[in-house]
Amino acid sequence: MNNELSDSIKDKLTRKLISSHNMGDFIFEKLTLLFTVSVFLLVILMGYEMYQGSRLSIAKFGWGFLSSSTWDPVQEIYGALPIIYGTVVSSALALIIALPLSIGIAIFLAEIAPDWLEKPVSFLVELLAGIPSVIYGLWGIFVLVPWLRQSVEPYLSEKFGYLPIFTGAPYGFGMLAAVLILAIMTLPIISSISRDVLKSIPYSQREAALALGATRWQSTLIVLKDAKSGILGATMLGLGRAIGETMAVTMVIGNRALISPSLFDPSYTMASVIANEFTEATSQLYLSALTELALVLFVITIVINALARLLVWSMSRKWKTS
Amino acid sequence: MENKLMDSKYFFYRKKITSSIMMSLTFIAALAAIIPLIFIFYYTISKGVTYFNFNFFVAMPKPVGESGGGMANAIMGTLILIGLGGAIGIPIGILSGTYLAEFGNNKFGFLVRFMTDVLSGVPSIVVGVVAYTMIVIPMKHFSALAGGIALGILVIPTITRTTEEMIRLVPSSLREAGLALGLPKWKTTIAIVLRTAWKGIATGVLLGLSRAAGETAPLLFTALGNRFWSTNIGQPMASLTVYIYDYAKSPFEDWNQQAWTAALVLILLISILSLLFRIITRSKYKTN
Amino acid sequence: MDIKLSIKNLDAYYGKTKVLHNISLDIPKNKAVAIIGPSGCGKSTFIRCLNRMHEVVGGSITGSIMMDNEELSKKDPVLLRKRVGMVFQKPNPFPTMSIFNNVAAGLRLNGIRNKKIIAPIVEKCLKQAALWDEVKDNLDDSGANLSGGQQQRLCIARTLAVDPEVILMDEPASALDPISTTKIEDLIFELKKDYTIVIVTHNMQQAARVSDYTAFFYIGELVEFDVTSKIFMSPAKKQTEDYVRGRFG
Repeated sequence: MNNELSDSIKDKLTRKLISSHNMGDFIFEKLTLLFTVSVFLLVILMGYEMYQGSRLSIAKFGWGFLSSSTWDPVQEIYGALPIIYGTVVSSALALIIALPLSIGIAIFLAEIAPDWLEKPVSFLVELLAGIPSVIYGLWGIFVLVPWLRQSVEPYLSEKFGYLPIFTGAPYGFGMLAAVLILAIMTLPIISSISRDVLKSIPYSQREAALALGATRWQSTLIVLKDAKSGILGATMLGLGRAIGETMAVTMVIGNRALISPSLFDPSYTMASVIANEFTEATSQLYLSALTELALVLFVITIVINALARLLVWSMSRKWKTS
Repeated sequence: MENKLMDSKYFFYRKKITSSIMMSLTFIAALAAIIPLIFIFYYTISKGVTYFNFNFFVAMPKPVGESGGGMANAIMGTLILIGLGGAIGIPIGILSGTYLAEFGNNKFGFLVRFMTDVLSGVPSIVVGVVAYTMIVIPMKHFSALAGGIALGILVIPTITRTTEEMIRLVPSSLREAGLALGLPKWKTTIAIVLRTAWKGIATGVLLGLSRAAGETAPLLFTALGNRFWSTNIGQPMASLTVYIYDYAKSPFEDWNQQAWTAALVLILLISILSLLFRIITRSKYKTN
Repeated sequence: MDIKLSIKNLDAYYGKTKVLHNISLDIPKNKAVAIIGPSGCGKSTFIRCLNRMHEVVGGSITGSIMMDNEELSKKDPVLLRKRVGMVFQKPNPFPTMSIFNNVAAGLRLNGIRNKKIIAPIVEKCLKQAALWDEVKDNLDDSGANLSGGQQQRLCIARTLAVDPEVILMDEPASALDPISTTKIEDLIFELKKDYTIVIVTHNMQQAARVSDYTAFFYIGELVEFDVTSKIFMSPAKKQTEDYVRGRFG
């Protein structure tokens, strides 16, 4: 009797345990799922919020917002063309400088440097990525810009003044300063991802080339060919960073919505317009136009990043499966 | 014929010389990357030390025109903002990373992984705009909370992805050992898998938070800034980065100087953050 | 003879691939049963069916496994695994836990927190696993710093702490040096007084030394199951004889 009773209690306890165990697993999975879904929803919510915020501006200007070249808060006319121009040109020029350097660094780190040199150099390059953007800007204002104003720009306009890109007064603040800072800032991203891409290519590829009598450089060229799509992906990630970079650019680019061929002239980027004018936006339409700029920036960087990730990802998959 | 060409000394030397030149160029590229780093550190330290004293950490900013003063409020503000960002970003990041590693081998997992990658590429200023429309507008005033949420969103992708990667690195033999002891999956995951992976996860958290500490753009129109002492997260709050921005643009030379000191303090803060984590995570037990 | 585990017509699958074919055998209580056979014959899969770890890696089974006349598939796997412990091929102590906490892990995580209860159990299990004398002065050290053989005995102690009825061992000594192997074998000899042991092994001498019964598996089928001495001295099947005489495998 007593035994039976304790058995039935034991049975009950066991059953309770069973259900609580399964319940625990169930709750655990659903709880983590909930947070995962929240990340997913967050991205969608961000897009939605900005779309809502920019409806006023979209209704008023339509596609003209992107093609009209007057940005005049006083008249309440908002055309983003010069701003888009400034964003595209500053990022593109920065990449033209940063890309060859980055590939050089990546080759140096992945193919040439011995271990004892690779580690500290990699560390320093990554340190460059860790410096807050506002400190780049600070350095830009007080070191880079005066140097450009006093030495570089006068020299360039004297020697190459016949080129339209080197005309105008040497302010220091302007496109050139922004391009240089963006180049420094994108360098660590492109080079460290490219290095990883190069390293993901099996060593046997190089051995095969070297065994055929190739020099180090020739074998590197073969590896670079294999790494093409990965490096393209890395470049696009760098582009995404350059397009969205805010503080450093705002601090040195001069902040004027202007389309000018000269690198000495001030310019504006989408991110720097928002940083500069958002708190000053007094009217609903002004705020809406700035939010629309943020939306455009959001969409552009999403597209660029998606493409970049796909490239890097397909690249790493290729070598994993083979 | 062709073999002869390849064997010719001319071709051989040209090939060798090209190789040496190109290899040296890559070395120069590496140097070129390090030069700006040295410059930035050199200026931050040499210009920053001028005001780097005890007073800077405990005194409040002086009104316009008066020299001296400190940034006690901004240092405190930055710490609070990182704390808020962490409080929001760390749980979301770790739990979603755990989900992706443990249950995420399906289409939904792939999609979320892609979304977090995309989110990590969204410019921080855009996150600031979103925090403004979602929190500042309904609350009708700027607040540290809005800034903290913006920073929280920014740290999520880093933490999610490192958590996932670190959990995947835990050998499945440990998971099996846990299950074979009669532990349910959730306990195995928390007590054994996460416990084994936590150093790596902490590194990811550190990385995310130290980036957040250096963010300016998402704070400009969320936490805004504050010339006074405030620890109320419902109100505007000062931060080192916004101070650096404001003081760098200002026409007062004294403030320009203080911007450098704030930059030095910020870099030190980020370094301390990483040092602190290294101390916390330095336990006597190995993580393979 | 009491039967602890009774396996009838067991088929095991990985996805659609059938890896075990129609296995039937009875495992007697408080005896050591050795599972021998060449690599890839399904030995590990077989014992992983006995604590339902097979399904953790996406496997499935048909047929019946009864423990004390209860169907395993009807039991909660979590509760089952407390009664059927497992020691793995490679020692896998929890690297972030001390020696003490490794042994206590199963208890703690099953809700027993009182150190007064835990400490004596830990000591008892470490003694049972013949590890106590080597580690009693540094119980707070990391389990990962022990030698391979010590780690494996730690894993055995960890398994014992949950007080299982059956212990499954998947080639527990294959990653160890000869001296550690001898220690583990002595240990198994001691443990079978109180526990039912199923041990997978590559090593026929080991099977002969520690087990009471031996099952010979070949390509997913049970060829022969009998008293160990019979399997090694006068096996009924030609295949078994060839294997134990070292003619293949």
